[in-house]
Amino acid sequence: MLDSLARLGRVGLAMLASLGRAHLLLISILRGLPSMLVRPRLLLVQIYGVGVLSLLIIVVSGLFVGMVLGLQGYYVLSQFGAAESLGVMVAASLVRELGPVVTALLFAGRAGSALTAEIGLMKATEQLSGLEMMAVDPVKRVLTPRFFAGLISMPLLAALFSAIGVIGGWFVGVGLLGIDDGAFWGQMQNKIDFDEDLVNGVIKSLAFGLVVTWIALYEGYDATPTSAGVSRATTRTVVQSALAILGLDFILTALMFGG
Amino acid sequence: MATAQSEQVPATLPRAERPGMTDKQMLVNVRGLRFCHGDRCIFDGIDLDIQRGRITAIMGPSGTGKTTLLKLISGQLHADAGTVEVDGQTIQELSRDALYQLRIRMGMLFQSGALLTDLNVFENVAFPIREHAKLPESVLRKLVLIKLEAVGLRGAAALMPSQLSGGMARRVALARAIALDPMMIMYDEPFTGQDPISMGVLVSLIRQLNDASEMTSIIVSHDVTETTSIADYLYIIANGQIMAEGTPQEVAANESDWVRQFMQGEPDGPVHYHYPAQTLEQDLLQSVRH
Ligand SMILES: Nc1ncnc2c1ncn2[C@@H]1O[C@H](COP(=O)(O)OP(=O)(O)O)[C@@H](O)[C@H]1O
Ligand SMILES: [Mg+2]
Repeated sequence: MLDSLARLGRVGLAMLASLGRAHLLLISILRGLPSMLVRPRLLLVQIYGVGVLSLLIIVVSGLFVGMVLGLQGYYVLSQFGAAESLGVMVAASLVRELGPVVTALLFAGRAGSALTAEIGLMKATEQLSGLEMMAVDPVKRVLTPRFFAGLISMPLLAALFSAIGVIGGWFVGVGLLGIDDGAFWGQMQNKIDFDEDLVNGVIKSLAFGLVVTWIALYEGYDATPTSAGVSRATTRTVVQSALAILGLDFILTALMFGG
Repeated sequence: MATAQSEQVPATLPRAERPGMTDKQMLVNVRGLRFCHGDRCIFDGIDLDIQRGRITAIMGPSGTGKTTLLKLISGQLHADAGTVEVDGQTIQELSRDALYQLRIRMGMLFQSGALLTDLNVFENVAFPIREHAKLPESVLRKLVLIKLEAVGLRGAAALMPSQLSGGMARRVALARAIALDPMMIMYDEPFTGQDPISMGVLVSLIRQLNDASEMTSIIVSHDVTETTSIADYLYIIANGQIMAEGTPQEVAANESDWVRQFMQGEPDGPVHYHYPAQTLEQDLLQSVRH
């Protein structure tokens, strides 16, 4: 009994310590911003790795999610004789929810896991210590550009996901099921609000981008420098990112649309 | 007259009794160093000096903390007690910037090479130069090629680290470590994984580098033959203590069983090859009972 209490306490303390380290790391990452701005090339290379290389999976997933939304939405809406509103429904669900959330989940699996594995292996192969010994701060040099690359890429990818999704929904609704083209786009233009929908969607995707990239970098930097350690860290990145995205989405949705 | 006398004082006297050795002649001073992982102490109060312009070797069985000692000297780890002084600066008291300034003048050759895997050999050697010196591209190119030529790998400039053998990677890392002409270079097990030819080349290269550019070298190794052939001064550490020190001849003539066993590579003696454990019979009996 006392033993299990003690163990619980130890686990709790370890978690708090880890949370503390994660925040300290975030502060050091942000401190690297000025030196990164002097050398934008470092950032561009990472935007390519983190963002551009995630394009394919985002585009394909966006298209299919939009098409499924078109089918399901048509089925429900036509029962109420409101099939013309399909455009609004598809666009609103994508921009408010599915765009940011699904993109973030895919982003965690595609880019987040890759970041953790890369940083963890750099640690295991002493590349990070090597940088330290060359008087180059590994946090500023390696982590900061990756962090901002994630932060910048995520909203762009989410926007792309939503845009492609709307096209998928249009293809199914207008192209296959014969909804009026003008009604599809017209209602969407009327009902989708810039602040309410678009801005909130962008805020969500920024928040998810921050959390996913932060988790990925921290797990890699804090990994036990062995192959088993790096593999465990990569798994943790994907699991924790998914939980964080869904939890954060609920909180943000409640704040944005709840009242 | 006075100086002539002090020059005759043999370098083997205990540190406190070496009047000729002013602190100026020492690049690194370690005093009362204590370092523990949890409750296991790797070092427990060791004193050690590294003389400027010389090759000092630190030897000991693997797992005694040789790599740890280099990390303590370069400020990657911090001592639990005692001081580490490099070039008159106490490592523990330095700010991060001051430590980085000092590290620009230190080179370190990691056991694994620690090359950046996303850059090719040329860019790896160019990396510290690009970070710390603003040189025109043409000058940089010449400098890097000279450094690569010194380790015999100019032809490998375009290869990626994954295309190198362990020994080659270590030599590229050496070229990188000397890229900024440091005042001191630390070699962590430089001889492991080298074939006989590159071993010979490496030994003379370390000597040349040391003598030509008045660099101070610290070699950490368990290869007794190569290390004693090249070092000016030896420390042998084990169990958190310094077991012997002196010139190679002096250490070779050391009377203690311990030192003799290590230097001649005998399997058992006062140093145990086996990690502490119960007897093999006890272990085997237990596994039968389970
Ligand atoms: N992170 C760590 N936690 C606990 N013990 C460690 C850690 N790193 C190294 N050690 C221990 O420190 C000792 C010295 O390691 P090291 O300096 O690498 O030895 P050497 O380079 O002489 O072979 C080893 O016995 C090792 O078990
Ligand atoms: Mg070692």
